[in-house]
Amino acid sequence: MPTAIFSSFESGLIYAIMALGVYLTFRILDFPDLTVDGSFVTGAAVTAIMLVNGYSPLISTGAALLAGFAAGSITGLLHTKGKINPLLSGILMMIALYSINLRIMGKSNIPLFSESTIITSVKDFWVKTGLDSFLNKGMEVIGLGNSTPSTWAIIFIMLVISLAIKFALSLFLKTEIGLAIRATGDNQAMVKSFSTNTDNMKVLGLAVSNALVAFSGSLIAQYNGFSDIGMGIGMIVIGLASVIIGEAIFGAKTIARATLAVIGGAIVYRLVVALALQVQFLQTGDVKLITAAIVIGALIIPQLKDKQKEKSMKKKRLKELQIQQTLVKGAKEVATAKSDI
Amino acid sequence: MLQLNQIYKVFNQGTPDEKLALKSLELTLAKGEFVTVIGSNGAGKSTLMNMISGKLTPDAGAVIIDGKDVSPVDENVRSKMIGRVFQDPMAGTAPHMTIEENMAIAYGRTHKRGLRFGVTKSRRSYYKETLETLHLGLENRMNAKVGMLSGGERQALSLLMATFTNPKILLLDEHTAALDPSRAELVTNLTKEIVSQNNLTTLMVTHNMQQALDLGTSLIMMDKGQIIFEARGEEKKKLTVEKLLHEFQRIKGEKMLNDRAVLI
Repeated sequence: MPTAIFSSFESGLIYAIMALGVYLTFRILDFPDLTVDGSFVTGAAVTAIMLVNGYSPLISTGAALLAGFAAGSITGLLHTKGKINPLLSGILMMIALYSINLRIMGKSNIPLFSESTIITSVKDFWVKTGLDSFLNKGMEVIGLGNSTPSTWAIIFIMLVISLAIKFALSLFLKTEIGLAIRATGDNQAMVKSFSTNTDNMKVLGLAVSNALVAFSGSLIAQYNGFSDIGMGIGMIVIGLASVIIGEAIFGAKTIARATLAVIGGAIVYRLVVALALQVQFLQTGDVKLITAAIVIGALIIPQLKDKQKEKSMKKKRLKELQIQQTLVKGAKEVATAKSDI
Repeated sequence: MLQLNQIYKVFNQGTPDEKLALKSLELTLAKGEFVTVIGSNGAGKSTLMNMISGKLTPDAGAVIIDGKDVSPVDENVRSKMIGRVFQDPMAGTAPHMTIEENMAIAYGRTHKRGLRFGVTKSRRSYYKETLETLHLGLENRMNAKVGMLSGGERQALSLLMATFTNPKILLLDEHTAALDPSRAELVTNLTKEIVSQNNLTTLMVTHNMQQALDLGTSLIMMDKGQIIFEARGEEKKKLTVEKLLHEFQRIKGEKMLNDRAVLI
């Protein structure tokens, strides 16, 4: 069980990068971009094939980012220049990417067990620092001595990377171009009247988003030790789940807060799935069903909560009103009684 | 400053719904001229505005701003020269962004957007100073989301955002129509102030004849895609609502007679 929690944190932090990409399109650009299911695999595929062919992990991962950027740009062009509905342009790109990903990999699965990846290099470096024994001792001190992970390296490095991306993203959204992207999602006619080429903003937003998604896919492939053609199925829903859960739990008042919430949401999502799979009745294949249930829950529960709140407010008001009325009535009776005298 | 040459625009060409929206329209505005535009629904006022802003392109004719033919120029490029306020108070601002962020977007109209921060310390104080001219206290709520403002405040902000970067042309599209009378008056007064202070070349569409007479240096009346009446300078000052209605009826009557003559 403790290992399940640790691996939830690890993979949650990697998937958080994908979720940040989804946040950028879904929340900022108001563009439900289904390219994600394809571009996630594109990132994994590009990295896997390059690693197998002997390229360095860093270059292979960078190439994944670029591939995602290109995929997102094409979706953007389909929508802006081709005037295709947002949902449809994403779906078209997703389906096209399935074939492209197969072409990139040459087969449907590439194992990476013997290759040195970013993950293995980080692990190797980590061993040299000797921080593991130090942290494990810390765990022992607080009485969790037997729930230590095999290595702290992944959690640590992924925390650094996803937070770095979070800060970069929220800073970018405060630049002049970033503000224009946000306004494009908020009020397109307005930002057009202030001399912004909204088409360019959408393409750029989609490109950056899918670059993040592909980066996340690349890291997941290196983390799991394989790239598979089917690993992107339902990725958009997982991204949405992370965004929605994060915002529901941690709030979304400012961009800085919302991006942090998305990372939190991605981790919470992984934890919930891991916990759900502990239930005897559920099987690994049920993950997608669990995901759908989580998203539905995250969407409906806040509504029910709001309704409940409203109801109790109404009750309170009614009570106050009744008390006031009886007071007024009482005062009147006293007054008439007095005038009788 | 602004010149419209023989503009034609047809909607739904070749269908039973075909409509000639603008018909050989000619209009010239000198620098600093403030023209109010009146006319019934479907007269072509909005088409005229969209033609100038670049949202629509003419089927024939040319839109010339500052001596340059801008007819083929895209809306987002042309809007470097044009400030615009819409009828809907929700239309001119981004509701989920703060006041200062909205100001930053408006500032970007004339400055190339890059990877600098939209709101810096020096710019914030500039935005603040600018907002102070509205006397609405918005300068103390720079971090409030614009969606939280009232319709009147949003429209005043829209007006400021459209004008503080000194556009060559200002287009006001019934921008007080959706406001209650007192807010409408406030925005009308702000319009008067801002336009005269910056000597902006302005075109304002309104359905309120009194407002059309009170504001501006010239007045045009449109009907069926044409300008049917024009009054400038002294002539405009002498106009009253009665005279205007009378004029409208007279021209319409004449037209009807002409139409009948054609039919017979």
